[in-house]
Amino acid sequence: MTHLPYILASYGLFAGLAIALTVNATLRLKTARARLALLERPSSRPPGASSSP
Amino acid sequence: MTASPSLVARTGSLFHRYANPGRFLRLAARLQPWLTGLALLFTFAGLGWGLFFAPADWQQGDSVRIMYVHVPTAILASSGYAALALCGLLSLVWRHPLADLAAVEIGPVGACITAVCLATGSLWGKPMWGTWWVWDARLTSVLVLFFLYLGHIALIRAFDDPQRGYRAAAILALAGAVDLPIIKFSVQWWNTLHQPDSITLTGAPTMSSSMLWPLGLSMLGISLGFAAIVIARLRAAVMESRVRSLLSNPRRRGDAA
Repeated sequence: MTHLPYILASYGLFAGLAIALTVNATLRLKTARARLALLERPSSRPPGASSSP
Repeated sequence: MTASPSLVARTGSLFHRYANPGRFLRLAARLQPWLTGLALLFTFAGLGWGLFFAPADWQQGDSVRIMYVHVPTAILASSGYAALALCGLLSLVWRHPLADLAAVEIGPVGACITAVCLATGSLWGKPMWGTWWVWDARLTSVLVLFFLYLGHIALIRAFDDPQRGYRAAAILALAGAVDLPIIKFSVQWWNTLHQPDSITLTGAPTMSSSMLWPLGLSMLGISLGFAAIVIARLRAAVMESRVRSLLSNPRRRGDAA
């Protein structure tokens, strides 16, 4: 295969960036979901707060 | 007699139907696995086909395989900015609550995709043109697009009051959209080193179907991957915003359950 280093660098760069973006988005989503679930648990309600607006 | 609602109001109401964060989270959660699965399938199929099975070009040799990464990222770089400009319009005209969050999340992904487009173009240019970079109209206008993305990312986070950042960034996104037709038509308007488009909406493609198929698959896969990443980031942003709101107003915790 001709120009192999250039081809590998292109695919490698794309794969590295795609993995970095995916891992970042997944971790953010997981953290946000866990924090929201923790805050929305009924036991996390302050005393005296009613469930109606 | 009541006046019929204006086109702007009716369009705004259509967009606002999908602006409810709860509705968005439910819809996005259902879409996410499909987008991610199809993105992985098509990207691996397209790039694997392009890398190992598609023929080499008679002039460019195997370096033509860089095209299977470069072309989808180039198209996505422009489409991502068009999406940013659309978010700017939705934010300025209809005050769409999700458009600002979407603009915050599209910016970094679009900038990364544009950086890959520029880098892969450069990696193709060195063996083919004998240089990493030329100040050609197509290359320069894409570099301007990359700087517009960076400017948008900086501007949207530059103010203590997020609303001011959203407004300023929306104006930048709309003004910067003028670069998109310049990128598209640069190879026709100026005498450039960059080759003209091989695929157009009006004419037959000027490449063999043995190259067109893997290119189409990788384009579809990478576009779906872009959408999947943006939606995942947007879901996280909506949840983070909800967390901030609950922390700043603990009385609302009771309503959330």
